[in-house]
Amino acid sequence: MSAAAALALQGIRGVCLALPVLAAAVLAGAMIGETSLAPDLVLAVLANKLAGAGLPVDPVDQGIIWSYRVPRALVAAACGAALAVAGVVLQALLRNALADPYILGISAGASTGAVAVAIAGLGGGALSLSFGAFNGALLAFGFVAILARAAGAGGNRAAAAQIVLAGIAGSQLFNALTAFIIAKSANADQARGIMFWLMGNLSGVRWPDVWLAVPLALAGWMICRFHARALDAFTFGTDSAASLGIPVRRVQVVLIFATALMTAVMVSVVGSIGFVGLVIPHAARFLVGPGHRRLMPAAALTGAVFLIAADIVSRVIIPGQVLPIGVVTALIGAPSFAVILVRGQRAAR
Amino acid sequence: MKIEARSLSFAVRGKTLLQDVSLSVQPGETLALVGPNGSGKSTLMRLLSGIAKPSQGQVLLADKPLAQLTRRDIAQRIAIVEQQADTAERITARSVVELGRTPWLSALKPWSGEDTALVDKALSTVEMESFDSREWSTLSGGERQRLHIARALAQRPGLLLLDEPTNHLDIHHQLSILNCIRNLKVTTVVALHDLNQALTCDKVAVLSHGRLVAFGEPGQALAPETVSDIFGIKARWVRDAEGTAPFLSFQLA
Repeated sequence: MSAAAALALQGIRGVCLALPVLAAAVLAGAMIGETSLAPDLVLAVLANKLAGAGLPVDPVDQGIIWSYRVPRALVAAACGAALAVAGVVLQALLRNALADPYILGISAGASTGAVAVAIAGLGGGALSLSFGAFNGALLAFGFVAILARAAGAGGNRAAAAQIVLAGIAGSQLFNALTAFIIAKSANADQARGIMFWLMGNLSGVRWPDVWLAVPLALAGWMICRFHARALDAFTFGTDSAASLGIPVRRVQVVLIFATALMTAVMVSVVGSIGFVGLVIPHAARFLVGPGHRRLMPAAALTGAVFLIAADIVSRVIIPGQVLPIGVVTALIGAPSFAVILVRGQRAAR
Repeated sequence: MKIEARSLSFAVRGKTLLQDVSLSVQPGETLALVGPNGSGKSTLMRLLSGIAKPSQGQVLLADKPLAQLTRRDIAQRIAIVEQQADTAERITARSVVELGRTPWLSALKPWSGEDTALVDKALSTVEMESFDSREWSTLSGGERQRLHIARALAQRPGLLLLDEPTNHLDIHHQLSILNCIRNLKVTTVVALHDLNQALTCDKVAVLSHGRLVAFGEPGQALAPETVSDIFGIKARWVRDAEGTAPFLSFQLA
């Protein structure tokens, strides 16, 4: 068998493995909730909507499944996959096991943008919350990128450390701005509403969000997957990557912008969901090893399934009430993070 | 593959690390680079490998300016083993060597049996076949260094640059790595601290304060006067009772 054929076969095998798992997760997302719905009901709705099967289904159930739960599960999947892949890329590029997409200040900037629109009334009501969040995210990322560049002008050896430090500075600044806006202009109700959004919220997700999040996650994943071998070459640092023929600057710029864009869009759609981009890459590495050609798909799949599961938990854990999904991911993520930290320390010794 | 440095200078933030260095290495030769700490050995290595760009002068690889080649073109011709290249990733010995094939692979030219064969060969050249699936963190300094050399060999370079490859190794591993390097048929530039090991190479270049102070046959370049002067010691030739080639003996001046 030729190498190309083997590679194609490997790709097909990967898709055959990933698709049923994803489909099962989306199905579970559509079934479980405040009112549990049977799987055959969900399948009947999907058959009606996708294939025009015309099966008799209660229109209320059909509405719940098709207009609320299915888009919600799909956006959760896209968001989980995108954040996990962004985490994989940044951990490899910055050679820092504790890097995650929010280290670039994106989450903090998105929050500032969101409160600027929702509370301070920027744009006079013509702008949406997610538009504000997206621009805030890009603004914060721009700030961090410029700061890192200014600080790391001496060469690319220290650049990885500089961007992490610049990210911390940016996050602090934009978090302070957010707190300032809330303290200055918000009433208690608004403050509660915005806190809910800041912790991550999939309640408002509809089909247009799917058409934004899913293609973007796919495109971002393909860009990152294309650079898998280059990311492997970063194992021993940037100089080593350069000596292996990797155009280091170009790869860094392309990948950091791709992850920043993915993260900014996801945050603007669902708010900031912590720990996915940090913990899922480690979980995936534990499952398939550090090689990025296998790690990239594994992280995307794990992230997608994890976020659908976290969303289900957030809907059912307190009867009659929806918990912000960020609370669920943090409750699972923070202890996992502690484990990584302790294990990393041991390995370093 | 021939490599030539033409009046190379390199400065960072106004500080000159290397000044007007010219030398050339003929195909198949091994050049030893010696000099005190901070004399510019690593800087010269980085310039020769194209990782850093010279402030002045140019590097010619097989008579072609290095600046005209892409990163990938260079990586198909030059491999470099740096000091202290370490990782926290839980990768296996074999996947470290596999990285060496990176410059030869692309979307259209994926991994093939030929690549596997080259990795096998590189592993056996440094006698690390049996370590194949061992994890990086479990390997000793000497084993890691040998894997880096195997990774460089898997790159199939025409020029091999080694920055103090025997650093931190015991004498057995020092000798076996040097022996391994000498037996390779590629052009090699190796930075060394042990002057007697440098004597066994085809040519020696001596650097001091960023300048080339001697370049040529080992016996001439490493004349006791030169060595005494730049290291601030007293060096002299010594011959042992068996009458083998003379070696250098040192004491504080």
